[in-house]
Amino acid sequence: MSANQFKSPVVRWIDHRLPVFSMLHHTAHDYPTPKNLNYMWNFGSLAGLSLAIMIVTGIVLAMSYTAHVDYAFSSVERIMRDVNHGWMIRYIHMNTASFFFIVVYLHMFRGLYYGSYKAPRELLWILGVVIFLLMMATAFMGYVLPWGQMSFWGATVITNLFSAIPYVGESIVTLLWGGFSVDNATLNRFFSLHYLMPFIIAGVVVLHIVALHRFGSNNPIGIDTRGPQDTISFHPYYTIKDVFGIAVFLLLLAVVVFFFPNAMGHPDNYIPANAMQTPAHIVPEWYFLPFYAILRAVPDKLGGVLLMFGAIAVLFILPWLDKSPVRSARFRPLFRIFFWIFFVNAIALGYLGGKPAEGIYVILSRVATAWYFIHFLIILPILSTFETTKPLPKSIAEPVLGGFSSTPKQAYAAPRRS
Amino acid sequence: MLSRIGAVLLFGVLSSPAWGASSDVALKTRDWSFSGPFGTFDKAAMQRGFQVYNEVCAGCHSMKLIAFRNFADLGYSAAEIKALAAQYEVQDGPNDDGEMFMRPAIPADRMPSPYANDNAARAGNNGALPPDLSLIAKARPNGPNYLYSLLSSYGDAPNGKEVPDGMYYNTAYPGHLIAMPQPLYGDDVEFSDGAPTSIEALSADLTQFLMWAAEPKMEVRKRIGVAAVFFLSIFVIFSYLAKRRIWADVH
Repeated sequence: MSANQFKSPVVRWIDHRLPVFSMLHHTAHDYPTPKNLNYMWNFGSLAGLSLAIMIVTGIVLAMSYTAHVDYAFSSVERIMRDVNHGWMIRYIHMNTASFFFIVVYLHMFRGLYYGSYKAPRELLWILGVVIFLLMMATAFMGYVLPWGQMSFWGATVITNLFSAIPYVGESIVTLLWGGFSVDNATLNRFFSLHYLMPFIIAGVVVLHIVALHRFGSNNPIGIDTRGPQDTISFHPYYTIKDVFGIAVFLLLLAVVVFFFPNAMGHPDNYIPANAMQTPAHIVPEWYFLPFYAILRAVPDKLGGVLLMFGAIAVLFILPWLDKSPVRSARFRPLFRIFFWIFFVNAIALGYLGGKPAEGIYVILSRVATAWYFIHFLIILPILSTFETTKPLPKSIAEPVLGGFSSTPKQAYAAPRRS
Repeated sequence: MLSRIGAVLLFGVLSSPAWGASSDVALKTRDWSFSGPFGTFDKAAMQRGFQVYNEVCAGCHSMKLIAFRNFADLGYSAAEIKALAAQYEVQDGPNDDGEMFMRPAIPADRMPSPYANDNAARAGNNGALPPDLSLIAKARPNGPNYLYSLLSSYGDAPNGKEVPDGMYYNTAYPGHLIAMPQPLYGDDVEFSDGAPTSIEALSADLTQFLMWAAEPKMEVRKRIGVAAVFFLSIFVIFSYLAKRRIWADVH
C-alpha cells in the first residue's frame, strides 16, 4: 500500500518522510499468510507476548531489587510485602518465565512436527534455537537473583560445569564467578547480564521475524503457497486469531499467578542462601530438567557437559539431518510415529531430571538420553532416505485432490468450514 | 493434540509442588480456611497463633520480616499495635553522643530477634540454628500441613531406633530426628476467647499465623485473581466470537 492511501493526513505526511506506517502495513496487514494454519501456529505470538511481559515486569522489579548478597533476599521480600502490588509484579515475572518456556517448547515441537526447519527456513529455525539458548541463560541468571538456597546452589552447580572444559575451564569459572566462589561479584554480574539479555533476545526476535517474512509461515500441509487462493492477509484474520490465543494464555497465566503462584517454584528458594548448608536435592527450574537429566546421565563430568550442550547443538544442524523433501508429518507416517516417541522421551527426560540420580533413574536417564541423540543423528537421516511418504496435495486451496482419501479430515486443514 | 498434551503437562507440574519432598513422612492434613481460590485467613485463629508464637516459639525463633504494623492484618487496631510494640525494646542509635541505646518499639519496627546473631542462637541451642519463621510456611514442601504435623508428631522412638543426645523423635520430620525439643504439650497458653488448647488446636492456630506471615498478601491476591479470571474469561469468549465472525468468509 502506498503512503497516500492512509486516511489521516498526519499519517500520510509522516509516512512520506518516514515510512514506518507503510512498513507496519506491509508486515502486519498485507502480509500474505497460508489460510490453513491451525492453533499450533499461535505460540509464536504468545512467545513474543511473554518476552514483552518479562521485560516490563522485570524493569519494574529492578527498581526495588538490590543486587547484593546481604540484601537481595530481603529486597525481594520487601517487594513481596511493602511495595504496592509488588507481590503481583513478582509473581507475574516468576510464572511468565515458566509460561514463556511452555509456549516456546510447544512452538519448537510444532516446528519439529510440521518440518518448519526445512529449506528455505533453515536460518529462521537456527535463529529460533539462538533465542532458546539466550532464554535459558537469561532464565538461569534470573533464578539466581532472589539469592535463596536454590539460587545459590543452582548457580554453584551450573557454573561449575564449565570447569570440565580442558585447560581453560577453571579460568572460565573464575570469570563467571568474578572471584573464587559464587559470591557478591557473581550476583552483580548475573543481575547486569539478566537485565541485558532480554534486549538481545528482542533483537534476535526481530531477525527471526525478518527471516519468517522472507518466505512466510510454513503450514500444516507443509507445501508452499502457490498464489492468492492459498493465502489470506495477516490482518484481520491472524491478528484476531492471535488475540484469541492471547486471551486464553492470559487466562491460564492469571489462574497460576493468583491461585498457584509458587507451584512451579521450589520451596527451598524461600530459604536465604547459605554456603554452609547444601540442600538435599539441588534441582533446577522445571524447564531445564530434560537437559539436567542428560547432564547427569553421563558418569563423566566433561562428557555430561558435552552431551548437554550437544542436545542443543544438534538442533542447529537439524535442517541438514532431516533431508526428506516432505515437510509435514501428516504425509510421513513413520516420521510421525518417531516424532511422538521423541516427544514422550523428552517428557521422560524432564521427569527423570527431577528425580535423584540413583538406582533405576540413572539407567532410565541413560536410555532416554541415548534415544534423544539416536532420534536426531540416526533415525531422521535414515527416515529421510527410506520412508515412503504419502502423496502431497497440489495446493492448500485444493488439498483433497491429492488422492489420500484415507485421511481426508486431517489433510483438509482449512481452519473453518465456510 | 500438542496443546492438549501441553495443558496436561502444565497441570501435572502444578499438582506436584512437593517434588523433592522426603517420602519417609506421612503428613497429617487439615482443611485450612486459607486453601482454595476463595480461602481467607481466620483472624481469631491468627491472633491465637501469634500468642502461641509469642509465648512459646519466640524464645528461640526470630521473625525478622514481620513489622508490628503488619499485625493490622490480624485484626488489631492502631492503638493495640502501638501498645503491643511498646512492650518490646529495640536498639536504636547512634544518638548525639555516638551511643547506641534501647527504646520501646514503635509500629514501624520489625520484631526483635531472640538472639543477637546466628552464632549466639547456635550457642544457646546445642549447636542447632532455630530457623527464622517469617517464610517457613512457604519454605517447606506442603508447608501448612508440614508445620501442623511437625508440631504435633513428637513421640517415643520405636524400639531399635537410636536417638542421639540432643535429638528428638518426630515422625513428620524427614529422617525422624530433629534438634528442636517438643515445643507444644497442650495447655501451653491460655486464650482469652476460651478456644481449645490441645496440641492439635495450638498447632493449627500457629500454622494459620505462620501462613499469614509467609504470604501476607494472599487475601488481596485471591480477590484480584477472581476479578482477573472473570474478566479474562469474558475476554476469551468475545475474542473467540470475533474470530469466528471474521473468519466466516474464509473458504
